[in-house]
Amino acid sequence: MTAANMLLDAAAEAGYYALFGRSSGPQIRGGEAAAIVRLSPEPVTSVDDTTEILLAIDWQNVQRFAAELPLDKNSVIITDPTQGEVPEVMAKSGARIVELPMKDLAKEIPGGRPNMVALGAVAALIGLPVDVVCEVLGQSLKKKRADAYEASVAAVKKGAEAAAGMGATKRLGKLAGEPAKRWSITGNEAAALGAVRGGVRFCAAYPITPATEILEYLSSALPKVGGVFVQAEDELASINMCVGGSFGGAASITATAGPGLSLMIEALGMATASETPVVVVDVQRGGPSTGIPTKSEQSDLNIALYGLHGDAPHLVVAPHSIGDCLMTTQWAVHLAETMQAPCIVLSDQSLGQSRTIMPVPADVAFVGKRLTVTEAPAEGVQYKRYANTASGISPMAIPGTPGCQYTADGLEHTETGTPSSQANDHSSQQDKRLRKLTDHEYGDHWATIEGEGDIAVMCWGSCTGAAREAITRAAADGVKARLISPRLLYPTRPEAMAKALAGVRKVLVVELSHLGQFHRYLKGEYDLPAEIQQIKRGGPLPIRPNEIHSRLLSMGK
Amino acid sequence: MSGTNCALTYTAKDYKSDTKPVWCPGCGDYSVLSSITKAFADLNLEPHKTSVVSGIGCSSRIPAYTTTYGFHSIHGRALAVGAGLKLARPDMTVLVAGGDGDGFSIGGNHFLHACRRNVDMTYVVMDNRVYGMTKGQPSPTTEPDWDASAMAPPGGTGMTPFNPLAIALAAGANFVARCFSGDPNGTAAVIAEAIKHPGFSFVAVMSPCITFREEQREWKNVVRPSPVESTTDAAQAAKRLMTDDGFNMGILYRGHRTPYSPKGAGQASLADLEAEFAL
Repeated sequence: MTAANMLLDAAAEAGYYALFGRSSGPQIRGGEAAAIVRLSPEPVTSVDDTTEILLAIDWQNVQRFAAELPLDKNSVIITDPTQGEVPEVMAKSGARIVELPMKDLAKEIPGGRPNMVALGAVAALIGLPVDVVCEVLGQSLKKKRADAYEASVAAVKKGAEAAAGMGATKRLGKLAGEPAKRWSITGNEAAALGAVRGGVRFCAAYPITPATEILEYLSSALPKVGGVFVQAEDELASINMCVGGSFGGAASITATAGPGLSLMIEALGMATASETPVVVVDVQRGGPSTGIPTKSEQSDLNIALYGLHGDAPHLVVAPHSIGDCLMTTQWAVHLAETMQAPCIVLSDQSLGQSRTIMPVPADVAFVGKRLTVTEAPAEGVQYKRYANTASGISPMAIPGTPGCQYTADGLEHTETGTPSSQANDHSSQQDKRLRKLTDHEYGDHWATIEGEGDIAVMCWGSCTGAAREAITRAAADGVKARLISPRLLYPTRPEAMAKALAGVRKVLVVELSHLGQFHRYLKGEYDLPAEIQQIKRGGPLPIRPNEIHSRLLSMGK
Repeated sequence: MSGTNCALTYTAKDYKSDTKPVWCPGCGDYSVLSSITKAFADLNLEPHKTSVVSGIGCSSRIPAYTTTYGFHSIHGRALAVGAGLKLARPDMTVLVAGGDGDGFSIGGNHFLHACRRNVDMTYVVMDNRVYGMTKGQPSPTTEPDWDASAMAPPGGTGMTPFNPLAIALAAGANFVARCFSGDPNGTAAVIAEAIKHPGFSFVAVMSPCITFREEQREWKNVVRPSPVESTTDAAQAAKRLMTDDGFNMGILYRGHRTPYSPKGAGQASLADLEAEFAL
């Protein structure tokens, strides 16, 4: 992991873009892990089909990762002969095997480590200057541990020398011009920063894999901007504290994963009925139940869309890439605050816990701004918290506003908030709560729609990057396809979707859900062309571009 | 404490809304509502700077019967909603109210952690040892042999009743008191003390449900003012609790813990935060 982080830092220093994912087992700390790095002169938003260079420091528990590290005959496996034979599960791919005695080479240097030898070898093989690697080592080690720095530099250089005799491998593409301004950020950090950019100043949360990094970030960032972070006793408390904070006027967020979202659902219904804005980021993981906490899946779509009891219109959005976790979460805060409704952000482990070197994100102007009242109504007139306005949005009195006291309620209520079980109050309040969402102008952000052609790849969330890459490859093969990936999953946009689908004859629905939840959603909520194909499976293996690409070629025949 | 510098003088009536309570005739909660509004008036709290937060149950209907800001939330979660409000808005006076089922059964975990966390708010529980809104099932504070319920087994649940004061004390509540709804003035005085006391204040009010627990009419004959003053010694308070019969009324314990207050004073800009990610 350390060596891979250094490689990423060096590539960043040299001006490249990157994706960096990790796969680890169930161990609490340490143990075997795989670091998966993709580097490019252009921004990258998807994993690739295969592994070009697989470098194994050792082969312990490799079966845990084998399926996540696809190899073929163009791959190169670098192995340390002192660590035993290359396991059959790897060797059968036909990949070229190269030996690098990392352990022995490291021993020749006092304090030398095999992973630094490995780092030097990989850098040299892909054409990343060793000087840049050493510079990055200097930034992290020189001040604190001069001896470790010297040893690491020596080990890196030894690895680079050894690489010279390993034969050619695929090298990094040339950078066009000066390196662009870029950020290094994980999806979870991006979501958290997006929340703060959107105006969030309150977070109550309970730790859960793989969402915890959002909470770690907010626990330090919120106090810096005058906000509040609370570690709650459970997810029930988290979401209800957020509702209380939001009632008090603070834009509020919590983050969780599937099991926590299950616990929060009742309170999200209350937020819907009481019209209290709140944002929940669900970093999806394998489910149901405890499932696969450390790995990705897109299987919380149903609960996010349909899990609330009663007729409970609310907002559901999903980011398309690691970097988009920022914009989408910021947008979620804006939408929730504007419409006084809960908003669920469906991220996932592959976005949240992966790091990207990405272009500096655009400074979008989405800031949560609630429609409030500042003055008491005229003498003898009662403030109507739930006034049945044309837009469906009712000006909200923030506690502390004189003369506008009201009781927020999960019970059905009249315009003033008085509990009511009468049919006319129920229907007018239901209409209003739906209208405020469906009448909102969401703009082009509602979906990513790219390309043309009579085939549409329809996907969502973390599948978007692979779909985009597959469409580009298919175009090179003469098959035109378009990408339709909604960022706004609820409310639905029938007219905009009809426009996006105009001229489409065939649809390929791509998702990481065993039940095909997205496919069912699309069929239930939208009018689709008759011919629909699916690529669907449960996690944790990501859907790679070549799977979509080959299907597009067969669909294009 | 906020709101005490107001030029206006309020009376208890100013805090009572026009909404007619759903409670049965003879319910103890009418008196508790009067005690809460009297405490607000005694402290001269501005209604718009005050909030009553509740969960679900008979007594949890109370926010709508006041003229302060209120939140009638969901079953068991009142303390979480109240804490969120107080932490986001330290300038508000927050009183959380509810019943024994809401607070000690479905909301039991939040009760423990509210005591531990010690947010500066007051929790008034109207304890009638029965689920009234669902028509008479045993609650966590119900006597083990009570079986006049369609849901209770013959001979009662056999379960040891929850001792809210002992648990509040053990979990770190900063103010612990027991009152009787039949003494609205005494209860109002204790609630006012609870509101004034920094940190998490817990006031258990014995509030009879004569609809489903008619025998609770007898409470008025057995309750008595505590023979001793409140203590600041938790060990002494615990000893008193474990040896009394549950009918001593008054303030049991006043602690000195510092209230929980995580609101940051930082004034960093977004650019400061973003700089961390720039290469």
